[in-house]
Amino acid sequence: MIPAHLPVQRPRDAKLLVVDAYGRISNAPRARFVDFLQRGDLVIANDAATIPASLHGTHAPTGATIEVRLASRPSLAGSDVRRFLAIVFGSGDFRTRTEDRPPPPALAGGDRLTLGPLTTTVQAVLGHPRLVTLGFDGTPQEVWAGIARHGRPIQYAHVPSPLALWDVWTPIAGPPVAFEPPSAGFALDWRSIHAMRDRGIAFATITLAASISSTGDAALDRRLPFDEAYRIPESTASAIRRTVKQSGRIVAVGTTVVRALEHAASVTGTVPSGDGLADERIGPESGLQIVDVILSGTHEPDSSHYQLLRAFADDVTLDAASDALRSRGYRTHEFGDSVLIEKMKYTENPGNTDKLDIIQPRDEKSTDRSVAMGGARRDQCRDVRQLLRL
Amino acid sequence: MNADGRLHGIRVAITGGTSGLGLALVGECLRRGARVAFVARTRARVEEVAQAHPGSFGIVGDISRKEDIHPIALEITADLGGVDVLVNGASSLGPVPLALLADTDCEDFETALDTNVLGPFRLTKALLGALAASAREGRGSVVLNVSSDAAVNAYPQWGAYSASKAALHHLSRIWNEELSADGVRVLSIDPGDMDTPMHAVAVPDADPTTLKRPETAARELADAIAAALPIRIEADRSVEQLA
Repeated sequence: MIPAHLPVQRPRDAKLLVVDAYGRISNAPRARFVDFLQRGDLVIANDAATIPASLHGTHAPTGATIEVRLASRPSLAGSDVRRFLAIVFGSGDFRTRTEDRPPPPALAGGDRLTLGPLTTTVQAVLGHPRLVTLGFDGTPQEVWAGIARHGRPIQYAHVPSPLALWDVWTPIAGPPVAFEPPSAGFALDWRSIHAMRDRGIAFATITLAASISSTGDAALDRRLPFDEAYRIPESTASAIRRTVKQSGRIVAVGTTVVRALEHAASVTGTVPSGDGLADERIGPESGLQIVDVILSGTHEPDSSHYQLLRAFADDVTLDAASDALRSRGYRTHEFGDSVLIEKMKYTENPGNTDKLDIIQPRDEKSTDRSVAMGGARRDQCRDVRQLLRL
Repeated sequence: MNADGRLHGIRVAITGGTSGLGLALVGECLRRGARVAFVARTRARVEEVAQAHPGSFGIVGDISRKEDIHPIALEITADLGGVDVLVNGASSLGPVPLALLADTDCEDFETALDTNVLGPFRLTKALLGALAASAREGRGSVVLNVSSDAAVNAYPQWGAYSASKAALHHLSRIWNEELSADGVRVLSIDPGDMDTPMHAVAVPDADPTTLKRPETAARELADAIAAALPIRIEADRSVEQLA
């Protein structure tokens, strides 16, 4: 696919690939995505605002120039800024592909880092020369002010112009907890939210601290996604209960929403309100208990996001979708086009069609909500979580 | 619950919080049990006011600068764990001393528009996700834009200020229409002529005894905010979790 290189959240020509529950594929302008929703659906988006998590500065013991990319923290609490998981790069900036960035100087516990107005100490190196936990000096208010003033949004070489915070905050951005934007939400604007309401489609939010999506290092990338703290408001939990009871569909805007809701439901099969730490990977073996439809960016098959899509549709269907994305010139990455994928029903497969009205109303809720989530791989995520809690 | 107690635990952000009405509102909201973050340009003054108002969060920023808006919004929501009420109180007179429109430099007019119209527009937009989330969660959500009788009356020499306040007033009315179904109330209130540093700059000869005290206006505005919020049964625990 073509990397989207302009930081425009809602380009007029944004496209939407729709994959229905029977694997049928169609194309539409993304601005029309609300047309594919149904009265009684509940759309849930991640309202995390993105912090400027790229901090340039100096490794005090050597004087070397470094870039720190904050990547995770144990909770969403504003006061909880004592410890961040972070990736450290050597000199350079986003204009160099992360794969080509030089490593930082050898880091060790106790090393002091100066990052603009912020000072921090390496608390532990986590089995990889780039991966550390950091403890910041100062009050939470001082740390936030330092990040707000000195940080820049994390960005990658495919977008050549420096990103501003307004480029990466979705229109519904609220709590500043994400390390990279929950970019599926770029598709939303207030007009679409109002259009949902006018059509009897409910809208709610969760907050998940979307972590870093790529480190440029194959060994580190295998550890992604890092643990992500989330919060589900009571108003959202009750909207889910209402929707399930009335056989409406749960439509997740983005992989982060799927991750939060399915993690929250993994114990009882229902979504309680409250805080959690999503530490599971969702993939082809994960039985989705809550989410019926996902609106997502387009993802290359080697990404963890793509693995999550495999929980919605089988490989034959996703292969066909990938072919369609390539042949029709869809753009990828955070400012790219989108897909809308409905969880597959395996009762019939009438084949592909280009008709737009292919998603039919469902007369009953799928019955697999009580099936425990299986196959979630916790192994490598768990070590990060435990280290973060040192 | 009486209106006075309705601000208890509410998260309030106030721009222009180190002087005049904004400063009085910081004190009034804290007195009513609100959690308060305030914004102003001068670091020393912000620190001074924060020290004099324990529990408040002082944020250094200039709402007339586009580049400052998102850092300010980030600090507000990080410090307070969200935001329920935004008071756009920071104002610019434009030319000082006041001038006939024909004598007003474009740059002074631009400063008035940046501070009095675009600043509140940008900050409200940057905080709208958080404000709408508060409304969805049943906490209510209010944006109060501080207006002026100059927004509707044509006073010679108040051109830049008046035109900008007229724009802010109309922006408030439209936004209130557009956001009412989202549960976000947008108010535009004229607090009256007050004995403030800004008024002293605009009308140096005014007799302060004929002017409203900013503390009185702050009480009235706090009442208006409280009246626009829903009555809550209990303090929201999630605020404590997130703060």
